[in-house]
Amino acid sequence: MGHIPQDHYEPNSGIERWLHSRLPVVALAADFMKFPTPKNLNWMWVWGVMLTIFLVIQIVTGIVLVMHYTPHADMAFASVEHIMRNVNGGWLLRYMHANGASFFFIAVYAHIFRGLYYGSYKAPREITWIIGLLIYLCMMATAFMGYVLPWGQMSFWGATVITNLFSALPFIGEPLVIWLWGGFSVDNALLNRFFSLHYLLPFVILGLTVVHIWAFHTTGNNNPTGVDVRKTDVETVKKDTVPFHPYYTIKDLFAVAVFMVLFVIFVFFMPNYLGHPDNYIEANPLATPAHIVPEWYFLPFYAILRAITFDIGIPFTGIVIIDAKLGGVLAMFGAIAIMALAPWLDTSRTRSGRYRPMFKWYFWILVADFFVLMWAGSQPAEGLVPLISLLGTIYWFAYFLVVLPLLGLIEKPLAEPETIEAAFDAQHGKGESKDSSGAVATPAE
Amino acid sequence: MKNHRFFGLILAAALSPGLASAAGGSGYVEDIEFSFEGPFGTFDRMQLQRGFQVFQEVCSGCHGLKFVSFRELGMENGPAFPPEQVEAIAALYDVPDPDGEPGDTRTGIPSDRFPANDAVGAPDLSLMAKARAGFHGPSGLGINQLVKGIGGPEYIYSLLTNYTGEDVEVAGNILYKNETYPGGLISMSQPLWGDDVEYLAHGDENGTYTPPEATIEQQAEDVSAFLMWAAEPHMVERKEAGFRNLIWLIILSVLLYYTNKAIWANIKKKS
Repeated sequence: MGHIPQDHYEPNSGIERWLHSRLPVVALAADFMKFPTPKNLNWMWVWGVMLTIFLVIQIVTGIVLVMHYTPHADMAFASVEHIMRNVNGGWLLRYMHANGASFFFIAVYAHIFRGLYYGSYKAPREITWIIGLLIYLCMMATAFMGYVLPWGQMSFWGATVITNLFSALPFIGEPLVIWLWGGFSVDNALLNRFFSLHYLLPFVILGLTVVHIWAFHTTGNNNPTGVDVRKTDVETVKKDTVPFHPYYTIKDLFAVAVFMVLFVIFVFFMPNYLGHPDNYIEANPLATPAHIVPEWYFLPFYAILRAITFDIGIPFTGIVIIDAKLGGVLAMFGAIAIMALAPWLDTSRTRSGRYRPMFKWYFWILVADFFVLMWAGSQPAEGLVPLISLLGTIYWFAYFLVVLPLLGLIEKPLAEPETIEAAFDAQHGKGESKDSSGAVATPAE
Repeated sequence: MKNHRFFGLILAAALSPGLASAAGGSGYVEDIEFSFEGPFGTFDRMQLQRGFQVFQEVCSGCHGLKFVSFRELGMENGPAFPPEQVEAIAALYDVPDPDGEPGDTRTGIPSDRFPANDAVGAPDLSLMAKARAGFHGPSGLGINQLVKGIGGPEYIYSLLTNYTGEDVEVAGNILYKNETYPGGLISMSQPLWGDDVEYLAHGDENGTYTPPEATIEQQAEDVSAFLMWAAEPHMVERKEAGFRNLIWLIILSVLLYYTNKAIWANIKKKS
């Protein structure tokens, strides 16, 4: 299915040939599993499989939870308690689903920052990158709507705050919010549509994931050196790559098992640490919580939303073009949209950050900035918090709009290795067997 | 929701110390060593039974426990009341009768839930121990929840034991000063004074049970523990399952580590 030459599945027995001439499904699966993958991938390349596994966990636990959940404003909270107390293993399903969302986001942030560091977004992988960001947007929508479903206080007030953001849009804002709500306040109609969409979007994510994988199977995986696999013929490809299975299936499974240990610690021993106590209070439209905060994975963007505390207009005239609320909304969505432009904003011809001495600094400042914003988003907007949020927001945009374009022009990158094979051999020594598939037969010589 | 504060710790060290102090709404919360804390913690059956007694004889006058079923009082890892006692407790309550006219009630049976109680607008206590956080520090970062737990039962304990004895009138309502309650003024008058209930000695399969003295602190601790159980009745089951899963996952990780090493050995060979 890709443009990288590889050995293809050959039907050997009669039944295989019979099936292959009618539906080449075995060939599709076998070629997929044997996809030539750069042999120098490091541990930051495990997150893709991790995300797929967590998507499956979320879908499976979610489908079972739906069998016991009641999407009605008067009954949702009680039905969640029914799951927690009376459904066999219900507490496990719910805690896995709730904490699974958090671990999904840990994995996606690691995956995104890996892409930013190793230049995975650059040509020819722009489509892979943009599909990935669409998946991330769907994840945020899904997680937000899922958090509303238990109909606790944070569910209700989080939904109120976030849906009200749309009222910042000029002219269409107010009618749009009423349309979103399906009424004049956050109520049963909103809960029902959020439930419907929360069930739908994961399957959209699943579809996008297939396209995401299709895209990078066409271009081939990036790798820590950023140097392309030599694609002249099957034999040359084998010098730079190993078949995905068993080399990366086993490596990724090991990483998944280790990550699962951390997941289990949260699910079984501290299942509510990542949640908010207020969500164990049933939604009450008449009582606003003292401090409304989103889940931790939204905090950096929540900080950006709150960072714009001033109107933007024509100086000295008092004419306001963008008021503070709209400015915040635009900054928040812009902070994600700007990432989609990274492939064209980054002017450096060196793909991997490993060979970019100046880039490294700005990249790690961006990572730190992400955590600073995360912290700022968790704090009440008072004291120095708005200023820190604003500075963090400015750096976030400056990284994409100023640093990435300029660095490519002024930075002097280090020498990249000639080939993936050369880089790999320098690190691990030359393998004795040229035919990498031979390793399967004799794994422990 | 709180691990952002974990990352924040590093930053808070670098930034000025007063910066993060704004978060965390409630007042003084005392850290109690409850039996159910930590990965190995379990509920103390006798404490839950005493706590239930405090709930039933003091709290239930105003507060409901509407998500808890009477039969749960017989749970092995909970209060573990014997079946006939569960039936007797259920029979003390009138519950809505689903077969009768709206508003009809009948005598409770173990499969019923505690009736809701909103006679004076007091909050339901089924989930109270999970709906409050006791610890927010250091500096509002919430890291200490990793060590001390989220602190719901500690919050309840502190609320019950930290009345100052003063009251003020606000807009025609009497409010009572409390050092734990956010804002310091609570509409619930001091519910525990010491010896509000009589803890009875009784025979047990393990011999004679001698209860502790029913001081304010003892009763508050007992009812806090009971409410933690009421909020999370499957906690012990959950932790046991956690150890089973942790052990097999660690074994699986070790096996996969060596499998991975063996598979790559042929590729990664120093010549």
